Amino acid sequence: MVFPADLKYTSEHEWVRLIEGNIAYVGITDFAQRELDELVYVEVESVGETLGKGEVFGTVEAVKTTSELFMPVSGKILEFNPALDEKQGDDPTLVNRDPYGEGWIVKIECTDLSELDSLMDAAAYEATVA
Amino acid sequence: MKSTPLTPAHIALGARMAEFAGYHMPISYTSIQEEHHAVRNGVGVFDVSHMGEFIVRGRQALDLVQYVTSNDASRLAIGDAQYSCLPNSQGGIVDDLLVYRLPEDMCAEGEQAFMLVVNASNIEKDWEWINRHNRFDARLINISEQTGLLAVQGPRAANVLQPLTDVNLAQMKYYTFVKGRFAGIDNVLISATGYTGSGGFELYVEASQTEALWKAVLEAGKPVGIRPVGLGARDTLRLEMGYCLYGNDIDDHTSPLEAGLGWITKLQKGDFVGAEYLRHQKQEGIKRKLTGFRVDDRRVPRHGYPIEDDHGNVIGVVTSGTQSPSLGYPIGMGYVAIDHAKEGTPLRIVAGGKKLEAAVAKVPFLKL
Repeated sequence: MVFPADLKYTSEHEWVRLIEGNIAYVGITDFAQRELDELVYVEVESVGETLGKGEVFGTVEAVKTTSELFMPVSGKILEFNPALDEKQGDDPTLVNRDPYGEGWIVKIECTDLSELDSLMDAAAYEATVA
Repeated sequence: MKSTPLTPAHIALGARMAEFAGYHMPISYTSIQEEHHAVRNGVGVFDVSHMGEFIVRGRQALDLVQYVTSNDASRLAIGDAQYSCLPNSQGGIVDDLLVYRLPEDMCAEGEQAFMLVVNASNIEKDWEWINRHNRFDARLINISEQTGLLAVQGPRAANVLQPLTDVNLAQMKYYTFVKGRFAGIDNVLISATGYTGSGGFELYVEASQTEALWKAVLEAGKPVGIRPVGLGARDTLRLEMGYCLYGNDIDDHTSPLEAGLGWITKLQKGDFVGAEYLRHQKQEGIKRKLTGFRVDDRRVPRHGYPIEDDHGNVIGVVTSGTQSPSLGYPIGMGYVAIDHAKEGTPLRIVAGGKKLEAAVAKVPFLKL
């Protein structure tokens, strides 16, 4: 399993990658996609909303399980990955194939960058799923 | 957590493992969908050694089996198998099971022998239950720990397995079995049964020989791309056929008549545990029925989601749900009020804050 060092991780198996300023990508970890098995649907209906840390921003459906997606930090949902969106690319297995890259789920504008300090680094997260 | 004789082999294959019914079991080796399609289109092999097996032997073995099970075991000839259940006396199901009428080579004069194959989660409960009702000249032996079980399922199963045995597999009728030599192992019970709807065989073997059998089956299937298949696909395969899973669709509080198992409930066969309740329930008519439905949404129904009618009244609950790999849309089963069980009736499945449009569908969902 892969745990990129430039990401921050939550105990709910989301990751955050700060790209510039307070803009960040959010997705689910390699561990999460393996546990879920092949995804069949990713639903995000919260674009434009500002949500608090820990709030639900979407849902993923795998064959056997439904899981909610939680905000790793507070922020505004700017974009839902069009490659996953059923109205556009509709390719949920991208999350399985490339969970930290093409399979990102939402782009957000973080409300409070200091919240990132409370998340786990790669080594700490890896230890929780080992 | 208990292991099957193959738990180390699954781990070595890199399977995603989880606890199921107290056993350390493979959920999936590659992906559930891939394994599912392998069984529907080719052949797959499952380790289901966690299942429980009891031998019932004695002069009144048949009487005990008839008394605790709902189906009519008196119809079984040696070499026949039968799907059945253990009803309780309050309209519930203690377990569902397979009943095999065994050859009588181990029997004394006048004795008969049966094998009961029960769910792993219920081994202790069933053992206690059957023993409690054993007022007959019949002995029970629990051989669960000494017995391995592989299910080789799919349209290519007979072809793949044929080189491993002299038994003519293609000629075996559904729900029959023979004991024979298989992959060089003596005394394998070869059963033309399964839980997938795609045909194939279940192979009961002495626990110590399970790994040799597993390897032989995988080797024999190599040319046609046989795959080991985990419990994840076992569930999607059985649900597409509308087969009940104990603990999900049936339990101590659902009756076989409500569960659509009237066909294994022979109310005329004589006295058995639960007969009185079930005769009464049949006469009165059931109030709810286990019903299949398809969902017209991308969201997937799950166990426990409420079911509403199209006016928003709660009329039932989902017992099983999945994305159907063969059909490409979500399907499920659940108990609904009897007046909403007709094919085509619109339903709504309550998934958290969302209501998913659904409609009652015929089971099996998949015509094979």
